[in-house]
Amino acid sequence: MGIVKTKDLVFEYIRRDEEGNVEGITRAVDEVTLDIEQGDFVAILGHNGSGKSTLAKHINAILYPTEGTVWVDGMDTAKDEHLWDIRQKAGMVFQNPDNQIIGQVVEEDVGFGPENLGVPTQEIWERVEESLKAVGMYEFRKHSPNKLSGGQKQRVSIAGVIAMHPKCIVLDEPTAMLDPNGRKEVIRAVRALNDVENITVILITHYMEEIVHANKVFVMDNGKVAMQGTPREIFSQVEKLKSLRLDVPQVTLLAHELRKSGLELPEGILTKEELVKALGL
Amino acid sequence: MLRDITLGQYYRTDSLIHRLDPRVKLVGTLVFIISLFVVDNFIGYIIAALLLVWVIKLSKVPFRFMVRGMKAIVFLLLIAVIFNLFLTPGEAVFTVWKIQITREGIYLAAFMAIRLVFLLMGSSVMTLTTTPNQLTDGLEKLLNPLKKLKVPVHEISMMMSIALRFIPILLEETDKIMKAQIARGADFESGNLIKKAKSLVPLLVPLFISAFRRANDLATAMEARCYRGGEHRTKMKPLIYQKNDRLAYAVLWGYLAVCIVVGRYAG
Repeated sequence: MGIVKTKDLVFEYIRRDEEGNVEGITRAVDEVTLDIEQGDFVAILGHNGSGKSTLAKHINAILYPTEGTVWVDGMDTAKDEHLWDIRQKAGMVFQNPDNQIIGQVVEEDVGFGPENLGVPTQEIWERVEESLKAVGMYEFRKHSPNKLSGGQKQRVSIAGVIAMHPKCIVLDEPTAMLDPNGRKEVIRAVRALNDVENITVILITHYMEEIVHANKVFVMDNGKVAMQGTPREIFSQVEKLKSLRLDVPQVTLLAHELRKSGLELPEGILTKEELVKALGL
Repeated sequence: MLRDITLGQYYRTDSLIHRLDPRVKLVGTLVFIISLFVVDNFIGYIIAALLLVWVIKLSKVPFRFMVRGMKAIVFLLLIAVIFNLFLTPGEAVFTVWKIQITREGIYLAAFMAIRLVFLLMGSSVMTLTTTPNQLTDGLEKLLNPLKKLKVPVHEISMMMSIALRFIPILLEETDKIMKAQIARGADFESGNLIKKAKSLVPLLVPLFISAFRRANDLATAMEARCYRGGEHRTKMKPLIYQKNDRLAYAVLWGYLAVCIVVGRYAG
């Protein structure tokens, strides 16, 4: 069994009017079955309202399934007795960096998770040091989070999760509020964690460039998994992605258009270098 | 413009006073304030002044920072002095028209002024040498016995430190909303007081909505990081009394004892 597994997961929001009467039911996640292995780098794609964030919140036991089951490291998230173990095993990074930093000093914020877990003082310091070093923010440990850039704040948030020694990190659109530089910083830090520490990464995003490094991609639409495969498999279906209102990276699009107009190119070109090579330049 | 406001007035340096346990500084400030009301003669105030000057010297905070806070109370100080000076009955020293200044009045006014100035300086020493975070930590530890009375001490101190963390963020947000409204023709500057207050409504509504949204996000983020209240929690920076803290307490109690003796038998 993989680190994160869902079976026929359904989640329904109940919409209410101002008097509290039920107006209708929205199915945000609709019969999703996933299996994610330890050490995977998984990307979940989808346009706004496709249910990807709702799915993510199930992995951290913030939301519970209406139907179906979610297992994290073999534990059923619907069972209360596993709640804190699950939250420790599957850390979560949210979209807005300002709204998830609790400490007034970088190191104190990173220490917040271990404090909650009841880790002894000496070990908290060790964990804070190693996590800040892992995301390259160690020299900022005495700074106030308010004075950092968006990308730096988000790296601090990631360090705060690593300090809890999770097996899996769920990142819910961590780069949506960042500038291109900040985005690169954060993705680089996440990739390093996956490569070096073998932490499972579940990256939720709508930036196509960020999923190039994933080894599994799920595309969500209307609460369902519409496509799944490696990035190359996904990007070779440019027309289908477009019908799901998703953009493909410019390079892939260019290669696709060139192919359509008769050039002999393989499907699913992901990077500039690959295209250059394929064109024989 | 709102970004320039710094909360608290922590002066970053390394000194004996800075390194003291925040609990010592909180209790110390309290004791100092009490001592100012225990003594009512000049000898007592000289002792208080000596202690204050010594502590300021030890704290390595430039004296002008202490005085800076004084501007805020100049008005209050003036009123207190004038009222005491003119309205205290007693032996007249000199009379101008119908107003007379009495000997008792002069004493009272002087004492009042000294008390207020010392009080402010004493608490400035604390806020200048202790970060807001240390203060909340110290307060939590000091109020710990109240837990037995079901007072949610940990929760209160957590709320205080979160509030402190979000003040600059919300100030920045206010600034942003203000600029957005100004860009659409809102006027926050002109008009009388009532009009100005009314013009703040379109500023406060979005600010409140955003604050609630942030609070909701933060609560989720805290739960995701296994926050479940004060129980089973360890501290990254636990407060433990060191040798210097015990020494400071000794000095403090000694000072209070001297003040009580002087207040009772001298003058």
